[in-house]
Parts: sequence; C-alpha cells; structure tokens
Amino acid sequence: MIMPEERIIVPKPDRRKKIATIITVIVIIVGSGIIAHFNIIDVFRNLSKGVSILKRMFWPPDFTYIPNIVKPMLETIRMAIVGTCVGAIIALPIAVLAANNFIKTKWLHVPLRFILNIFRTIPALVLASLFVAVFGTGAFSGVVALSVFTFGLVSKLTYESIEAIDYGQVEALISLGANKLNILRYAIMPQILPQYLSYTLYGFEVNVRAAAVLGYVGAGGIGQLFEFNLAWRKFGKIGMIIIFSFCVVMIIDLVSSSIRKRLV
Amino acid sequence: MIEFKGVSKVYPNGVRALNNINLKIEEGEFVAIIGLSGAGKSTLLRLMNKLIDATEGEVFFQGESVTKARGRALINIRRQIGMIFQGFNIVKRMSVMNNVLSGRVAYNPTALTILGIFPESDKQIAYRALKKVDILEKVHNRASDLSGGQQQRVAIARALAQEPKLMLADEPVASLDPITTVQVMDYLKKINEEDGITTIANLHHVDLAWKYATRVIGVRAGEVIYDVQMKGMDKKQFYEDLEGVYGRALHSDEVLGE
Ligand SMILES: Nc1ncnc2c1ncn2[C@@H]1O[C@H](COP(=O)(O)OP(=O)(O)OP(=O)(O)O)[C@@H](O)[C@H]1O
Ligand SMILES: [Mg+2]
Repeated sequence: MIMPEERIIVPKPDRRKKIATIITVIVIIVGSGIIAHFNIIDVFRNLSKGVSILKRMFWPPDFTYIPNIVKPMLETIRMAIVGTCVGAIIALPIAVLAANNFIKTKWLHVPLRFILNIFRTIPALVLASLFVAVFGTGAFSGVVALSVFTFGLVSKLTYESIEAIDYGQVEALISLGANKLNILRYAIMPQILPQYLSYTLYGFEVNVRAAAVLGYVGAGGIGQLFEFNLAWRKFGKIGMIIIFSFCVVMIIDLVSSSIRKRLV
Repeated sequence: MIEFKGVSKVYPNGVRALNNINLKIEEGEFVAIIGLSGAGKSTLLRLMNKLIDATEGEVFFQGESVTKARGRALINIRRQIGMIFQGFNIVKRMSVMNNVLSGRVAYNPTALTILGIFPESDKQIAYRALKKVDILEKVHNRASDLSGGQQQRVAIARALAQEPKLMLADEPVASLDPITTVQVMDYLKKINEEDGITTIANLHHVDLAWKYATRVIGVRAGEVIYDVQMKGMDKKQFYEDLEGVYGRALHSDEVLGE
C-alpha cells in the first residue's frame, strides 16, 4: 500500500528584517542628500552645461596636444616607480618584524601593527597634501607620499602572508641550527617572495592612478598639467589628458596584473 | 648520546604530555618509539633538540645540557642533530640543492649563507648526501616538483648534510605509500649502519619497528612503560607486548602485513 506523501510545511522566511534594511538604506540616502543640499532640479538645470563641456572636452579630440602630455605622464610613471620601490623595500623588513611567527615577543609586533594599520587608512592624496606642506610643491613630495602609501599597503599584506606560511619549514630550519637571519632567508623568503612581488606590483598599479591626481595638490606629475588647463578652462586639452592617462593606466594595469597572475 | 633525567613537559594549556622521563640512548642505536596518538612521542623527540622546552628535569646530548643551552651553544648542539618530519618540511619553492645546502648554514658565517654562498667542500657534502639517498639526479629540480617519497629523501639529505651524530624522525613515513615507506626506512637504516648515526624514530606501524629498530620504547600517557632491545626478540612476544603498550589489540592499520 502506498502511503500518501506527508505535506511538509516550512514557515515563511521572516521578511521584516529585509524590509527594515531597505527602509534604513533609503532613509540614509535621502537624509544625506538633504544634508548635503543635493537638489535633483539643479542637476537637470546644469545638465545642458555639462553636456556642452563634455563635448568640448572630447570632440573633436585634440591630438596635437599629445606631445605636451608625454613628458608629465612619464614623470608621473617615474614617480610611481620610485615611490613603489622605496615603499616596498622598507615594507619588507617591517612586515617581518610585524609578523607574530618570526619574532614572538608581543611588545614589538602589537604596537607595530597598530601603526601599520593607521598608515594604511591614510589616502595617498591626503599624504601628498601633507608632504607638499612640508617639502613644498613638486614631484619629490609626490614620491614621498607614494612611498609612504605603498609602505602601508605592502607591509600589511606581507605580514599577513608571513603569518600564513607553512611553519613546518621554519621548524625544520630551527632544528638544524639556523639563526633568525638564515630562517628568514631559507624558510620564510622563499615562501612569501611571490606574494610580496605581487603586492608590490599591485601597489604600482594603484600608485600610477594615484600619481595622476597627486599634481592636483601640487605634488608633480600629470595632475599639475590637468589643474593648469582647468584653471584656463582649456577643456579640449583636459579631454586629451584624460584619454591619454586612461590608456596608459589601462596598459599598465593589464601588463602588471598578467605578471601577477603568473607569480602566485 | 641522549639522556633524559626526570623530564616532564606541561604545555601552556595544562596538558601534561610527559611525566618524569628517565631515559638513556646509546650511540649507534636505532630506536623506535611506539605509542598511541597523544601518548607523547613527538614531545619526547622535540625535547631532544629543544624545539620545545622541558618544564622539569634536564635533557643531555653527549653529556651537554640541551635544556640549559642558549644561543651559540644551542646552535652547536642542533647542527649535530638532524631531524625529519612527517610533512617533509623541505622548502618547496627552493631547488633541491639549496634545500640540502641549508643543512650547512650553522657551519658557515651568516653573512655568506644569506647570500647563498657556500664553500666548495660544503657543496661536495651536499652532493654526497644526495647520492646517499639516490636522488642526485634531481639536484637542480625545484623541490615542489618531486614526489612525496623523493621529498622525504631530500629531507634526509638535508639532515645528512649536517653531518649529524643523531637523527630524529617524527613519523617519517606516515604520509607515504607502503612501497616508498620501505624505501625511506631502508635509507634510514643504511645511514644508521654505514655512518653510525644514532637514529630515533617515532613510528606508527609496529611492523616497521620490528623490522628496523634495535630497540623499542613504548610510551603511554606521558610515561615510558616499555623499553626492550630487539636482538633475539621473539616476534610473537613482541606483538603481545605492544598490545600492552597500546592497552588494546593492534589495529590493522598499525600492522603493514608482509
Ligand atoms: N603545542 C601543544 N600545545 C598543547 N598541547 C599539546 C601540544 N603539542 C602536543 N600537545 C598535547 O600533548 C600530548 C602529547 O602530544 P604528542 O604530540 O607528543 O603526542 P604523539 O604521541 O606524538 O601523538 P601523535 O601520534 O598523534 O603524533 C597530547 O595530549 C597533545 O594534545
Ligand atoms: Mg606526534
């Protein structure tokens, strides 16, 4: 005899939480719009103005301006390269000290990590304005800002990688009488080097983009040219700068991320 | 060679892994340490080169206190003691040669070793060590490209490069298949007999203890409860004794079979 199949009754999911979340999000968006004096009518009123500026920027494209862009663009890339290298090189030993499985005394890595976490939260642009105030305008301030920024980024990611290594390999080196430096060289570095290089390349990608806007606060590079043209309302030239920077950043990202994929 | 005097080990979490161990291991012995999981075998082994610190008592290596050794003296002890592990613990992203050479770091100035510079004599030691375990042809391979059995042989070669007096092996074949197991154990035996390197191995399979060891030590709940010389030992008697060490009949996975 076949038993009739029992009807399974599952309680309906509780919708209240979902609805509450949606309402909260809407309230936050609308509320912050009001606080920021955002007015949708203003947007439409200025729309035609915006469209005409956009048109002046990109049509017709002003290719004759490219030769003037190349030099500051190269300066931007140079800034990114130097900033990345300096920051990443300093980051490596600091990351080693910040990892809790290499030096096990807490008094060192706990405060160190705290400092590194602070470094990581400061945007490159803020660092740049700070260093422009200290060292004056120019590429040097930009490079220092990028170095500090890269340092924060790479050191944090690297010390987390160090903490995730296979400790058995370290133990083997301890067991055969290796000192700290040899452990670093023969058990830790081989394990983290690919990741470290990958983080450095990633830092470089971020830095190229950051370096492009640093000029805005006077820290050298293509941003400075951008600001100059904006002040004179030369929209065609600005458009070309944007197109050109976009292409350069794209190419660098593509090359760098394909190398990164092969590294790890 | 190795002596334990009243050694106890209590881990920070309060586990008493070893309790008042008194033990003496002589030069040239091939000692198998047998016991249930958690009995304290690894703890016993790791006290011998101070990978962990004793809570009470003292461990001696060739008359010198391991327990009290620090800095240079500790390095001097450790470099004379090779150790191989269940997980091989060779550096996978490095070449076989560099792995074996790393066994020489404690004999050379750090300023040179961190640059990867080793004297020709050390390279010869490394080649000989690789030849001893028949894996010299892999010298330039990346360690990660080798099979498990080959990686364990590289680990043995690295330990041999230390020119050790003592070889510790913590479940050296537990991650290997039966055929490679016999290979690796044969190498350990060969090294023990030909080079006179005292060997102490934690073993999971009692058959391996029977086949290779000259002495078997049984550990249970942190105490040495069994300690016999294997010469003239009766096989049936031995297996019966081990059931006593385990406190139960042997499981099929503890016996390899013939
Ligand atoms: N680092 C540690 N911290 C805390 N307790 C530990 C630690 N290492 C081992 N123990 C405990 O100490 C006891 C002995 O462990 P040990 O590793 O020496 O056993 P073992 O005989 O080697 O076992 P196995 O056959 O599983 O390797 C176990 O109860 C274990 O849980
Ligand atoms: Mg163990």
